[in-house]
Amino acid sequence: MKRVYVNEDWCLGCHLCEYYCAFANSGIDDMAKAFKLGKDAAPRIRVEEGEGGKNFAVQCRHCEDPICVKGCITGALSINNGVIEINQERCVGCYTCVLTCPYGCIVIDSKNDNKTITKCELCTRNSQGEPACVANCPNKAIVFEERG
Amino acid sequence: MSLNLFPAQFEVLRNTDKCIKCRACERQCANEVHYYDADYDKMLTHDDQCVDCQRCVAICPTGALKIRKNENEFRQSANYTQQIIIENYRQADTGAVLLSSMGTPKDYPVYWDKLLINASQVTNPSIDPLREPMETKVFLGKKPASIKKNPDGSINTDIDPHLELNVPIMFSAMSYGSISKNAHESLARAAEELGTYYNTGEGGLHKDFYKYGKNTIVQVASGRFGVFKGYLDAGSAIEIKMGQGAKPGIGGHLPGAKIREDVSRTRMIPMGTDAISPAPHHDIYSIEDLRQLIFSLKEATEYTKPVIVKIAAVHNVAAIASGIARSGADIIAIDGFRGGTGAAPTRIRDNVGIPIELALAAVDQRLRDEGIRNEVSIVVGGSVRSSSDAVKAIALGADAIYIGTPALLALGCHLCRSCHAGKCNWGIATQRPDLVKRLNPEIGYKRLVNLVHAWDHEIKEMMGGMGINSIEALRGNRLMLRGIGLTEKELKILGVQHAGE
Repeated sequence: MKRVYVNEDWCLGCHLCEYYCAFANSGIDDMAKAFKLGKDAAPRIRVEEGEGGKNFAVQCRHCEDPICVKGCITGALSINNGVIEINQERCVGCYTCVLTCPYGCIVIDSKNDNKTITKCELCTRNSQGEPACVANCPNKAIVFEERG
Repeated sequence: MSLNLFPAQFEVLRNTDKCIKCRACERQCANEVHYYDADYDKMLTHDDQCVDCQRCVAICPTGALKIRKNENEFRQSANYTQQIIIENYRQADTGAVLLSSMGTPKDYPVYWDKLLINASQVTNPSIDPLREPMETKVFLGKKPASIKKNPDGSINTDIDPHLELNVPIMFSAMSYGSISKNAHESLARAAEELGTYYNTGEGGLHKDFYKYGKNTIVQVASGRFGVFKGYLDAGSAIEIKMGQGAKPGIGGHLPGAKIREDVSRTRMIPMGTDAISPAPHHDIYSIEDLRQLIFSLKEATEYTKPVIVKIAAVHNVAAIASGIARSGADIIAIDGFRGGTGAAPTRIRDNVGIPIELALAAVDQRLRDEGIRNEVSIVVGGSVRSSSDAVKAIALGADAIYIGTPALLALGCHLCRSCHAGKCNWGIATQRPDLVKRLNPEIGYKRLVNLVHAWDHEIKEMMGGMGINSIEALRGNRLMLRGIGLTEKELKILGVQHAGE
């Protein structure tokens, strides 16, 4: 399955992926409008800044055996063609997935007044079609590809 | 000094309706122009630190930024322009020689723009390069003056070593140190894919790039940085740099701050020491001395590689080139005064040397007159800006061209002319690791390949229009050029007729 990978050698720590992610999932067609009129943005990707200028962006790894899905008490998290999806209608905001995700990639949805969680769905359910973080990375540090 | 006599050169204009305060501009500006003010909840700027490199404009996700020349005006005259006034203020502040980078911004005539190319009509057919074969392959080196036969009657094909170029375009010398490792890697990989050559400049060859040796020209300059047997053996040709178009007659100075671990190892000098290239080669004071160095290098590499001698275009360039052609060099590279540099004293860059067009025409004519044009190939650089400039250069007599600035443009350079500050926001002219990583060679080399492919297509189109299907038939074919708006003297030097003649 194609997944999003980050090459920290090329990640500049510009944080633009976070903004493009939030925009892609805002449902608004203008970026400035999305941030000015939309509710608090909740990017599903986060840039970690480390020692010596090492940065990398991280979002849901779409694990093959995901413990977030196993732990979900309402069945809000499910696997669809390898992509771990969230059904916000079912999510009760217990945050079990937030606690269990080893990558810290489950995001509390500020757009939804923190009542549910949200997460990366590889832009399969928004208007982008392909991951917005990958398409807009200025240094091709984030790639979307098949790896063994 | 509390009183600043000259204002910021540029203004950063921010459309606050578009700015989403993502702070990407702040993170990407090595000059620390942009900053976020929490009290105002606004992005603010230190305009005086802006060099107009356009990195923030390019990175801004909403297109909220614009950089504009500061319109504040001194009371100028045609004689004392704002630029001259500022330069005097700056020198009064610092007491120092003014430093500049890239090619001169001054308004000197560009002869390329005063030459027009011919095309076929009716009586001689033009050629469609998309349908018919079109040759832009070039061989650089000594051409035999006559055919020699072996005792058995067969033709002796034993000729001097040559460089084979798939396109008549090479990347000119830019040293590792003046540009970043990622910039070098982009050039090396592009040269390999294109079947042409890049040039190490005088900074030595990084150990990671020996594998690109067959597409590398290694340079030996007055500082002799990084030169040893393995280095000479690594490249396909050796270039002796006598001069550079942007700064004829002077040497180079790479500040110690740029000599970090890798650069120090590659240049074979201690970390943090200034790398000073003397103005002359201390062992070359005559053509005979140059001949000694050429043959020392040939001897060291067992006569397997052509030797290039690179000179700046100066007043008596034709006589110098004649000497070089007789000194055993295989290729002469001439660098015009509008050429780029990583750092040069402003007065030298803006006032010393002559245009490459005139130098090239003079050299080609002189070598032909003396019957030694076949002894050397001629490569020209120093502001060949486009494929049409390249075609004109070849028609004036060049075998191939060197491009430096256009290659840097392909890598993202916006010609802010601040290379000497070492804070290149595009990751090109810097050694700061956080800035160097901004140039991903994977992206860079593809853009270079695209650029040269595009030029090659255009060269073929123009050749086709002239009814020429081989670049060899264009070389020195000055009948394919006409001057426009040039004086008799200029036309005579260029060896072309005026439009309408």
